[in-house]
Amino acid sequence: MLEALGISSPALFGQLLIGLINGSFYALLSLGLAVIFGMLNIINFTHGAQYMMGAFGAYLLLEHLHLGYWWALFIAPIAVGLTGVVIERLFLKQLYQLDHLYGLLLTFGIALIIQGVFRNYYGSSGLPYRAPAELQGVRNLGFMFLPNYRAWVIVVSLVVCLTTWFVIERTRLGSYLRAATENPSLVRAFGINVPRMITLTYGFGVALAALAGVMAAPIYNVSPLMGADLIIVVFAVVVIGGMGSIMGAIVTGFGLGVVEGLTKYFKPEASDTVIFVIMVIVLLVRPAGLFGRRA
Amino acid sequence: MERVVDPLITLKRGGRWSEPAAFAVMIAFFAIAPAVVYPVFLMKVLCFALFACAFNLLIGYAGLLSFGHALYFGWAAYVCAYAAKSWHLSPELAILIGTALAAALGLVAGAVAIRRQGIYFAMITLALAQMMYFFAVEAPFTGGEDGIQAVPRGFLFGVFNLSQQATMYVFVFVVFLAGFLSIYRIIHSPFGEVLKAIRENEPRAVSLGYKTDRYKLVAFVLSATLAGVAGATKALVFQLASLTDVHWSMSGEVVLMTLVGGLGTVFGPVIGAFIIVAMENYLAEFGQWVTVIQGVVFVTCVLLFRRGIVGELANALKIPL
Repeated sequence: MLEALGISSPALFGQLLIGLINGSFYALLSLGLAVIFGMLNIINFTHGAQYMMGAFGAYLLLEHLHLGYWWALFIAPIAVGLTGVVIERLFLKQLYQLDHLYGLLLTFGIALIIQGVFRNYYGSSGLPYRAPAELQGVRNLGFMFLPNYRAWVIVVSLVVCLTTWFVIERTRLGSYLRAATENPSLVRAFGINVPRMITLTYGFGVALAALAGVMAAPIYNVSPLMGADLIIVVFAVVVIGGMGSIMGAIVTGFGLGVVEGLTKYFKPEASDTVIFVIMVIVLLVRPAGLFGRRA
Repeated sequence: MERVVDPLITLKRGGRWSEPAAFAVMIAFFAIAPAVVYPVFLMKVLCFALFACAFNLLIGYAGLLSFGHALYFGWAAYVCAYAAKSWHLSPELAILIGTALAAALGLVAGAVAIRRQGIYFAMITLALAQMMYFFAVEAPFTGGEDGIQAVPRGFLFGVFNLSQQATMYVFVFVVFLAGFLSIYRIIHSPFGEVLKAIRENEPRAVSLGYKTDRYKLVAFVLSATLAGVAGATKALVFQLASLTDVHWSMSGEVVLMTLVGGLGTVFGPVIGAFIIVAMENYLAEFGQWVTVIQGVVFVTCVLLFRRGIVGELANALKIPL
């Protein structure tokens, strides 16, 4: 039927698949940004660098310790998350009483440092990282060929996103988190250690970015600037979705990935800019974002 | 909550001599320096100083952090370079056209960005600048990775030969002074006072009957325009417009210059531009470490010297600078 409209379905579904993959990363990254922003009131500009650190974590674990993808999937996010905890304790903690813009400037500076150091040691070109043997190969779905690794990425990021949503919106721990976002001093008065919760939240958000990085390593090459441009797109995603809602971040992330994929099929030259154009339209029509609440 | 504040806010009016005195020192410095320092380096400083002053008009006086000012700087550079090279326009017309484009871009981007405040404003300006970066990569007239090279400097008003380094220096200095003085005039005008009121407490400014969105938009366009002047002039100085000028790292650099010098100070951006340009020039041999050093300066400024060099000085001496 699609052929009748002059659309080649394997190519279209191929781009849709790429869109879903990109959408998985948008969703994981914007989710992390939203969780961090909710607790810390800081936009984490280091997020792209931490995504890159996750990918490098996988690469370095393989090169130096011969630990493969499955180990990296657990070790890299935890290790990068720990560096996040250190950053929060050393630097971010000092900014909570200041204008939020200082948080943006500080995390931008940290991103410059991290990316600069990695570029010094590994150059700007990409380093290859292979998908694990268990996930290599392709599945024939009849209308298209689906590489197993890509299916895995989409499923894992969906599961991680929905679990995060469930924990924050439906569990006791999540209710503490949401309460502390609304009124930290009152929650503290109930005997809950809010500063520790803030630290762990930042660590968790950073670990999500690193997890996205590990999963991205076999798809894109591992390179020091892989997160630098990505984070700007994710900022646009966050502006479009609004940071008020966890589910909003997930839906917007996947949705925009798909839209980008479709644009790549129908009008390839516009695919780099389509998300920014959507951002402008959303700002004109619904300034608070699709899922945002007017502050 | 500590806001992005100019250090003068706590001071009583007085010390009226301090700004003219600092101005005289600045003039004297840029008049004498070419005898000692490489003029192209000084012209680069002047262009970036104007760029940083334009950026500071927005963050320092209206409290709006634009993370996409490379958009106006870089696109003005492209259009100026193209006009001078392909249309053979005289330098003053080429700069004018580049500036006009920056103003138009500022009007459009500003109208979109002021629909959100604070942190969102910064993200939106960054995203818009990135969108226009992709246009610059793809548009045929920008020359892609090569940029527009060998831009002729031409004859100013058909008379002054700008290929001569000394003439070019005087021209760039005059452009800088004109931009600097207009910014000085703007921030000391009733309009500037309203901007400061918006920065301090926007709801209160609204309740007093000010249409704050209009004020913010005008400030945004003024800032973009002056950033455009700086970018267009820079294209003539280096006879080059390239992707570096529109990249997000350029937006980050101008933030850094202003932060180092002092947000919301009159002379801070000039000092900051001088320091950062000098740093890049003299540390160029360290390659990627320059980025790392910039990052360290960012972190240090935010944690320890939020007032910047000039701001700390003004605060210590209890004078406006």
